Amino acid sequence: MTSPLTLAEKLLAAHAGLDTVVTGQIVVCDVDVAIAQDGTGPLAIQQIEELGAGKVRAPECVFFIDHAAPAPRSELANAQKTIRAFCAASGATLSDVEMGVCHQRVAESYAKPGDLVIGADSHTCMAGALGAFATGMGSTDVAVGMASGKTWLRVPETFRIEVEGAFADGVEAKDLMLTLIGQLGADGATYKALEFGGPGIDAMPMPGRLTLSNMAVEAGAKCGLMPSDETTRAFLATLGREEAWRPLTADAGAAYERVVTFDLESIVPTVAKPHTVDNTATAAELEGTKVDQVLIGTCTNGRLEDLRSAARVLRGRRRAPGTRLIVTPASQATARAAAAEGLFDVFWDAGAVITNPGCGACVGIHEGILADGEVCVSTANRNFHGRMGNPEAFIYLGSPATAAASAVAGEITDPRELL
Amino acid sequence: MGHLTDELLHGRAWLFGDDISTDHIAPGRLFHLRTNMPELAKHVLEDARPEFAAEMRPGDFVVGGRNFGLGSSREHAPRIIKLAGAGAVLAQSFARIFFRNSINVGLPVLQCDTSGIGELDELQVDLEAGEVRDLTTGAVIPFVPLPPVMVTILNDGGLVAHVKKHGGFALPGGPEA
Ligand code: SF4
Repeated sequence: MTSPLTLAEKLLAAHAGLDTVVTGQIVVCDVDVAIAQDGTGPLAIQQIEELGAGKVRAPECVFFIDHAAPAPRSELANAQKTIRAFCAASGATLSDVEMGVCHQRVAESYAKPGDLVIGADSHTCMAGALGAFATGMGSTDVAVGMASGKTWLRVPETFRIEVEGAFADGVEAKDLMLTLIGQLGADGATYKALEFGGPGIDAMPMPGRLTLSNMAVEAGAKCGLMPSDETTRAFLATLGREEAWRPLTADAGAAYERVVTFDLESIVPTVAKPHTVDNTATAAELEGTKVDQVLIGTCTNGRLEDLRSAARVLRGRRRAPGTRLIVTPASQATARAAAAEGLFDVFWDAGAVITNPGCGACVGIHEGILADGEVCVSTANRNFHGRMGNPEAFIYLGSPATAAASAVAGEITDPRELL
Repeated sequence: MGHLTDELLHGRAWLFGDDISTDHIAPGRLFHLRTNMPELAKHVLEDARPEFAAEMRPGDFVVGGRNFGLGSSREHAPRIIKLAGAGAVLAQSFARIFFRNSINVGLPVLQCDTSGIGELDELQVDLEAGEVRDLTTGAVIPFVPLPPVMVTILNDGGLVAHVKKHGGFALPGGPEA
């Protein structure tokens, strides 16, 4: 009988064709889903060609045009043309400019519980919320994964994040994750797997789980894993993919390098200050910080439930006169649902710009670059120096509720004051 | 550690602090230059030290603190550090994806105690002996040996060359030594 395994160990053993694995072991694994985007895709294509491979071998290879969608300049239009041509010739799937952010699209349409997902984008770890071993790599690693159907991985040690209780009204998964990263530090989980569990996770809907897994890499982690349970099944069923479901949990008695426990009752609206994600404070502590722009969206918090949370604060209110408000749905499916339930009217009435589904202003390419000295409150996952296109600007990260409340007040605001 | 190379690397130290992200190295506002890496390399690390790209000499070292290369998976970051002519990156610790990317593209990344290295110190890196010699201060700083799997990939000339040479992965398995 083999010793009990963590989720990471279980998933890697299965993909390496082994009964068991130990931490630190190097394994060569079969890849189920391999993705790249318009920033990393052209280099991946070049490497696939360098390998002499005209076709892709991994079962699901997808290229997403989401970072600069539609193209804001000719160099990028040309790079996107290369991606479209490669997909047509190689058998890879194309997700074009109208469809939305890669990670949201992977959760909606591609990743399944039990899969191994690699992506040339660091937030590929988001698919861990479905019970898939999902991790970010560079273009060359993903090129090899696409062309050969295999990748190598070191079996990581696991930090178990044990979650109890329920959030108070106005507090969200983003607040938990920022609190966790503030505690662990931006390199506190480097090379480790985060495994979330406990009654607080069992009761957490899929959107919150996706936000937690998305940001695992912000603590340096290789992946952020959730069990696959009835919530996962229901999520897949809504997307017409219930047959992709299978249950998955860590073995009782699995060995963890560290266990960190959170009681959700104790979590409050939390914000990461410039210029690192672990530089956290409570929203209340930052009141009085003037805000020039608010971004609600991205792969971290651009889902329907996030837009609902923002709309709950914005309904019947307007943005402060000096504060721009940008809303970017994570995917076309999200945008369609939000429009159908009237959320776009709430945003327009509040003075928002609604942009095409995609990465939008998150990474400083287009659709909301900041001016010198400006402050942005964003629902994204990263606030690094220069991230939103200007190294002279300042980015604070918070939940959709905190971002919406800050847009209304024109300064960083604890959303519970407006509920 | 396995045999890497007999070559001694030699150059000056350029100091960068903790948490140098891939946004510092290859910022998103230059996204359109990703398909023109020689041009992108002229801006390498611009948002951390704007003068670096113009004033560094081939062989000079990028010397960081903790968590060097955190953030995005963009492989362009280590590629343009190499393309700009840097001999290696030395740091107290590295972010996971940046580290893996660096090995894949053949950029030496050496984990060592960089705290005593001064700005523009003359350094000599002996990859075979596993040490950095600070010729300005006389200090000898050992670096953490690369895992065997990384040595294999680096010695084969990067990941694509490794896969082409062996027709797939041929990696030392087992727990890391
Ligand atoms: S929304 Fe931002 S963090 Fe997410 S994939 Fe796009 S650029 Fe990356």
